[in-house]
Parts: sequence; structure tokens; C-alpha cells
Amino acid sequence: MNRFIEIFEKNKSNLISDNSDYLKILRLEAIENFKKTGIPTTKNEEWLHTDIQKVIKPEYAFSLEPPKIEYNIDDFFKCDVPQLDTYMFVIINGWFPQQLKLINEYENGLIVGSIAEAQKKYPEIVEKYFSKYIDNANDGLSALNTALAKDGIFIYVPENLILEKPIQLVYIVYSTEDIIVQHRNLIVAEKNSQAKIVICDHSLHFNKSFTNAASEIFVGENAKVDYYKIQNSSNNTSQNTITQVQQERSSKFLSNVVTLHGGFIRNNLNVKQNAEGCQTNLYGLYLSDKEQHIDNHTYIEHAFPNCTSNEKYKGILDDKSEGVFRGKILVQPDAQKTTAYQANNNLLLSDSASVNSEPQLEIYADDVKCSHGATIGQLDQDALFYLRSRGISNEEARMMLMHTYASEIINKINIEPLKERMNDLVSKRLRGELSRCNHCFIKCC
Amino acid sequence: MLSIKNLRVSVSNKEILKGINLEVKAGEVHAIMGPNGSGKSTLASVLAGREIFEVTSGEVKYKGKNLLKISPEERAREGMFLGFQYPVEIPGVSMLTFMRTAINEIRKYRNQEPLDSMQFMELIERKKLLVEFEKKMENRSVNEGFSGGEKKKNEIFQMAMLEPTLAILDETDSGLDIDALRVVANGINKLKTKDNATIVITHYQRLLEYIIPDYVHVLYDGKFVKSGGKELAIELEIKGYDWIKKEIE
Repeated sequence: MNRFIEIFEKNKSNLISDNSDYLKILRLEAIENFKKTGIPTTKNEEWLHTDIQKVIKPEYAFSLEPPKIEYNIDDFFKCDVPQLDTYMFVIINGWFPQQLKLINEYENGLIVGSIAEAQKKYPEIVEKYFSKYIDNANDGLSALNTALAKDGIFIYVPENLILEKPIQLVYIVYSTEDIIVQHRNLIVAEKNSQAKIVICDHSLHFNKSFTNAASEIFVGENAKVDYYKIQNSSNNTSQNTITQVQQERSSKFLSNVVTLHGGFIRNNLNVKQNAEGCQTNLYGLYLSDKEQHIDNHTYIEHAFPNCTSNEKYKGILDDKSEGVFRGKILVQPDAQKTTAYQANNNLLLSDSASVNSEPQLEIYADDVKCSHGATIGQLDQDALFYLRSRGISNEEARMMLMHTYASEIINKINIEPLKERMNDLVSKRLRGELSRCNHCFIKCC
Repeated sequence: MLSIKNLRVSVSNKEILKGINLEVKAGEVHAIMGPNGSGKSTLASVLAGREIFEVTSGEVKYKGKNLLKISPEERAREGMFLGFQYPVEIPGVSMLTFMRTAINEIRKYRNQEPLDSMQFMELIERKKLLVEFEKKMENRSVNEGFSGGEKKKNEIFQMAMLEPTLAILDETDSGLDIDALRVVANGINKLKTKDNATIVITHYQRLLEYIIPDYVHVLYDGKFVKSGGKELAIELEIKGYDWIKKEIE
């Protein structure tokens, strides 16, 4: 922890040099917050089952400069999902590629580019939303990100723009040494706009890394955002992701986090419904084996009447892997007529796999419909026997049942080619094959 | 085809089958009758390979092989079929994928080429017609949302698809109204050849009005206590199981 404070002090002038007063003060306040909160320990109730301290290693390199490695993006990343036509951007070690145009303004009004550049170019937009929703005061890793992250992605979808093409963000950890990566992202979908965002998390090489990623998503009045995150990184990677969503009146937000592979993952997804008529759908699927650790923390705050949320996370855990699910739904006194459902289901394939599931409801309104539940079990033995009794091998029958179980979440993906590809990748993953696309050079696992 | 010698089976240390002997030859229909709890379904499950049962002694040979040593799927590939008393609902696994996987795994085992989609769909339609199974199968999960009667008809449909050499039908008649019973029985009769054999397990004589057995065995308290021809079933129907119980005691 002291290391980060030292880095901040040493690079203070660099960190706050070309920034506006707003950003300057943000960083200065954030580092003060970080000094107070620090990196959470397992004594913190929210971190009981996930020891993040052990994956943030002092020997990992940490740089405030863009990567100096020579690379040509096309050489190592070609997305080959058929018919998946997207606005695609590759982010290396948290940096928007410096050799490319840092800001892309499209004819329809869409803006995508480097957040650092956007802070200079569009201060009036960025400062309206940047760091307004994330909890720098209480969450040390949020504060650390605000204090020290230098780049990331900025997406701006102006009023009334309905994007047909999804925006695809490919985050790659690419390093020949063990490193710490931070990036900071801001997605703004203004009133009446619609956007689908696809995040692909990958790693290249087998070096160790820790990524601390923070994203804020603003979903304006009557806007609709679908946010798909595919995590597919090597066992040597660790990451903490913070996604803070702010929803305005009658907006719709859908998140689907599919964790195919990864060494150590903690996803924090927080949604605040800030007006009436919001709809929130959160889905998640995690497949783990070996000694992987996958933790999903979600938090939905219902603060206004007539809003709904629907949440389902499912896991399949094998070997000695560990899963954690903690989902909290808070219904504030004013949030009458709230409908909120939450479920977490887990399949344990081995005796040494484990999962800690903690659904939580906190309700202060009286006219609400809420339910939550968690299950931890094995494959249905009656179904397995039924399939085998028709000549289907034990292995194939298990595969069919597991795939069926997983596809409930995959089928919530509203981009057809991506859904098909994910169904493929899940099958491959369950069969123990490398779950990477056919022509991709990226070594995910 | 099937030879069972002194088969003893326990579950959780409780003996259910207490020395079963049975010989079934190609072309024969055997009916196994008995009151509830006599061990009928246990016998069917053990023959199909359900692993929760412990065989404590005895032997079962099927086509000359030690049946108890082979997996449930291999039994199926060798031509055994169990019609379930309670067919399992498997939400999310489509009927078509299920049947196609089963057929092609069996064909692979027999060194046959897999069926392509056209051949497969043609086979589906032909077999549906044969066993009068009208249910649409596209976009349906295995047994999900099927009525009791449809589930039983689906078992006979699967039997028609897989063309077993030995079919064991566990209480296929239970819960069926008279029309469904007739359809199910017709299906079983149509699938009968001189090369295959059928074991019909039932509580009531009713089904045996449609399927004429060559042999009837009465199972009571884990043992066959009486065997005979088809007239034994009628006698049972008239006198009830109490008759058997009294005779034994």
C-alpha cells in the first residue's frame, strides 16, 4: 500500500500537471482516501472470502507511462466471430494505443477514445460524469484507481442515438514482465439513446499480473445499455473490476458477465436506480477449475418507486476452485412498488470445489415484491441416468446437462453472433479445451 | 438372451431382491407382476445399470456378457432399453438433440455412419407415426411440460427409435387412461419381432389384455413365488395378491 502512496508522491506533478482543477482535486482527494482505507483485508466483511492482498505483489512492475513495447494490434488480435460487426477498440495494459487516433468522432455523434484525451478535449462532458458515482470514500481500490489510473476508454452516446453496431472493447494484458495494470473507463449514454457494449478481457503471455479496473456507466433518461463482459484470461492473471452504474428515469440496463477463465477475479457491480421506472437485469456465469477464484459482488439500490431488477448468477466449479457470490438488494423507503428478484445457483463438480453464496435483501418500503435464493448442488443424477440409459456416454451426458445449465445465462445475450460464439466457447470450456476463438492468437488459458 | 441367476440386491444395507432367477429368450414376452414394494422396479433399475443399488451376489448374463460389469450406456448400445416408470424431465435439453446424440452414439458403437439431419428427421417422423406419438418435438425439452400419458408414449417412441433387442418396460401402464393404454400397447406390439424380447413389469393385469405374455412371473418380497403362462395373470386379477400372500404364508 505504501508503495502506491510513494509512487503518487514521486509523480505528483506528472499526475496533476495538465489536468483541470476538478481532476487535480479528485486525484489529491483520492490518494488521501486511499491512505485511510487502503487495500481491503479479509477482516472487511465485503472481502471475507477474497484475499485481494495476496495477489497485489510488491515485485510487480507498475508504470504511469504507456507500454513501450512495439506492437501492431492486427498482429495479435483478430476477432473472428462471424457476422459480429462492431466498433472495435483494443486497450493494452490499460492504455488506449498511442499510435492510433486518440479520439474517434463518428458522423452519428458517437465518440470513442482515450479517457485521458477526452478529459482535455471535452472537459464539460467528462467532468459532468467522471468520478461522480464511484465510491472513492469507502472503497480503497476505487480510490487507488481514481488517484493513479492514467488512461482507459471514454464512450459518449449522444441523445437519441440508437447504435445498431455494438461497441467492442478488447482489454489485453500484454507484458513480458509481471505487472500491475489500472484503467479507468467512462460510458455515457444520454437521454433516449441505446448502446450495446461488449468487453473482452484477455491476457497475452503467461506473466503474472494484477488489474484494477474501474468503470462508470451513466444510463440517461429512457436510455438502454447492454453491457456484456467476457472474461477469458490466463490462470496467472488477477483482477478487481469495479463497475458503477447510474440509471435515470425509465432507463434499462442489462449486464451479462461471463467468466470463462481467469486466475483470480473479483467483480464489483453496483447499480443505482436514481429515478422512477428503471429496469435492471444482471446476469452472470462463471466456470472455474484448478485453483481459480471467482468472486461476484453485486449491489442494486432501489431508491425510487416503480422500478424492477432481475438478477441471476450461475456457476460451475470444478477441482479446487472457489466461487463467491454476494448480492445485495437495497430497497429504500421511497421505492414503493419495487419488484426485485435475485438468484444464485451453483454446481459443484468435485468435493474440493467450494462456493460461498450470500444473497441479501434489505427492504425499507412496504409495498414491494422481492425474492432471493441460493442453491449449491450437484448434477441431477436422475437426469444423468436417463440420458445414459439411452446410450449417451457419461461424459457426453454430463456435458449436455452442464451446457444446458450454462445456456440459461448465455441465452440472455441479445447479440445473436456473440450468443452463438459464447455457446461454443462454453462447450469448449466444459470439455476442457482451450476456450478461445478458432483463429485468435491470444493465449487465454 | 438374458439369464439371471440367484440375484441378490441391497440398497442402504436393506435387501430388496432375495435371489432372482430368470431366463429370457429371443422372441419371448415376459410379464413380471407383483404388489407394491415387491422389488419390481429395483429389478428393472439394476438391469439398466442404476448405480445406487448394490448387487451382493448372483450373476446376470446378457448375450453371454456379464451385464453387471458394464456401464448403463454400454448396455443401451448393446440393445437394452428401460422404459421408465417416471420419465425424467430435463429442461433445456431438446428432445431432438437428445435423440440424435443417443442414436449416433449407438451407431458409432456399432461402427455405423452417423445419421445426417435429413435422415434423422425422416426417422423421427416414421417412428412417430408407427407408435402414434403426435407430439411436436421441435423446440421441446425432454419430457418438460409433457402430460403423464405423453411421457409414457415418449418412452415407447424412444424405444421405437432405438430398436432394442431387450426392452424392460417398468409400469408403462401406470397412470394411463384406456385410450393411452391402447396406444402404448399397440406401439409395443408393433415393435415386437422374433429376434427381440420384452419384459413387461406391471401391477395390474389390464395391460396384459393388449400385450399377450408368454410367461408370467409373480414377484413377492424380492423373490419369484409363482411362474406360469398368461392364464396366471387372469387368475391373479380374480383372486388378488392376497391369494399369493396366503399361499406363501
